[in-house]
Amino acid sequence: MSRLSQKHLLGIKDLTEKDIELIFETADTFKDVLNRPIKKVPSLRDVTIANIFFENSTRTRLSFELAEKRLSADVVNFSTSTSSVKKGETLLDTVNNILAMKVDMVVMRHASPGAPHFLARHINANIINAGDGTHEHPTQALLDTYSIRETLGTVTGKRVAIIGDILHSRVALSNIFALQKLGAKVLVCGPPTLLPKFIKNLGVQVELDINKALEWCDVANVLRIQLERQQLKYFSSLREYALYYGITKARLDSLKKPIIIMHPGPINRGIELSSDAADSAHSIILDQVENGVAIRMAVLYLLAGVTA
Amino acid sequence: MQKKLILDSDLLDITISRLCQQLIENHSDFADSVIIGLQPRGIYLADLIRQKLKKLAGKEVPVGYLDVTFHRDDFRRREITKASEIRIPFIIEEKKVILVDDVLFTGRTVRAALEAMIAFGRPSKVELLVLIDRRYNRDLPIAPDYVGKTVNTVQSQKVLVELVAQGHQQNKIWLINKD
Repeated sequence: MSRLSQKHLLGIKDLTEKDIELIFETADTFKDVLNRPIKKVPSLRDVTIANIFFENSTRTRLSFELAEKRLSADVVNFSTSTSSVKKGETLLDTVNNILAMKVDMVVMRHASPGAPHFLARHINANIINAGDGTHEHPTQALLDTYSIRETLGTVTGKRVAIIGDILHSRVALSNIFALQKLGAKVLVCGPPTLLPKFIKNLGVQVELDINKALEWCDVANVLRIQLERQQLKYFSSLREYALYYGITKARLDSLKKPIIIMHPGPINRGIELSSDAADSAHSIILDQVENGVAIRMAVLYLLAGVTA
Repeated sequence: MQKKLILDSDLLDITISRLCQQLIENHSDFADSVIIGLQPRGIYLADLIRQKLKKLAGKEVPVGYLDVTFHRDDFRRREITKASEIRIPFIIEEKKVILVDDVLFTGRTVRAALEAMIAFGRPSKVELLVLIDRRYNRDLPIAPDYVGKTVNTVQSQKVLVELVAQGHQQNKIWLINKD
């Protein structure tokens, strides 16, 4: 029978290649469901899910909530701005209180790396990491690789360049793990100040010249410059960054072969990605968002089944 | 483990012919009729029925495949089964649907199928055709309209359907005693 090797989805690092394949196959069937007139199945009707977001989010949160509702789960939402966390309650207390109200699964985003791992050691519910600081964002990596598989037919053997703010990006780390597990070649590209010091130890190539990186790859996953996490000045100005690392239509047109442009959102238009490139035929950014719901349905469905 | 043959290739062919004759009797020209096979094993029988109907009545009846995995009522109570493809290339609205499955046991799959089908429209009528009806094992008030063969079984027994379309050497239906 088919089941995941994990009880939680904390990071791509813990998943096996088989797990990822199973999630993809399940997502295929849910994508089917999402294209029907009635986009809902009753699988999780006896499951209650808490979405706990200690950090801002639009896409991920909306996507998770839609996925949960499409599976007929009961959903409670929680965000720090309106909660008792402001009064000084600890993370464990907050979550235990939520669980006391009989919640089966927790989807959590937190600014501290490892926060979901900490919870997984202390509580009984299934935990899904929706982003922990600069560490991992597993569902994003799953939907990114799923979108590549959908567009190119396979991930194995493809060349993927991850471009931009690698240092502050949880999307980058999760993507590197997922792509490598599926047999893709990975390159990271960005200004030296935004590349982690020992990134080569993960077995990825490093390239400082954006033109060479784009020429090398089949897929460019462009990351957002995360100004909110940058306490230091990593480059002189946004204009300079846009000039040297920004992806424009002109840059894409100058390449020998067409490549695919992805972005996890939200886009800083005109900085890492120009509007004409983001809205061009190269871009599969909106497909990524569409696939996000199917992937999250697959993850929720498979994890909910593990408790049996 | 004891295996007892319930239907062999020749008998199966006769049985399917009889089922088709019964269908022809009730549906005559099949103008609004469609066949829906239940994944994963009912789809092979659905295809056999379609072929036989073409031969006997010269009618091409549309066939769809329905997967009920996400509508099952035993999710989280047992191992997850892998979902299969759903392919319904026609509109169910106001059609006469013939649901087809290989073995009718507890009736829970059929209940899930009735629910899953609603997502594709409101049929004017739904009938159930099964190859093997396991008597005395129903959990729900569900009865088939067309039965290939009725067998008396106990809970621990299993009916194994081997069809050439599934990659087996010969069409054979077995009753297996697990002990």
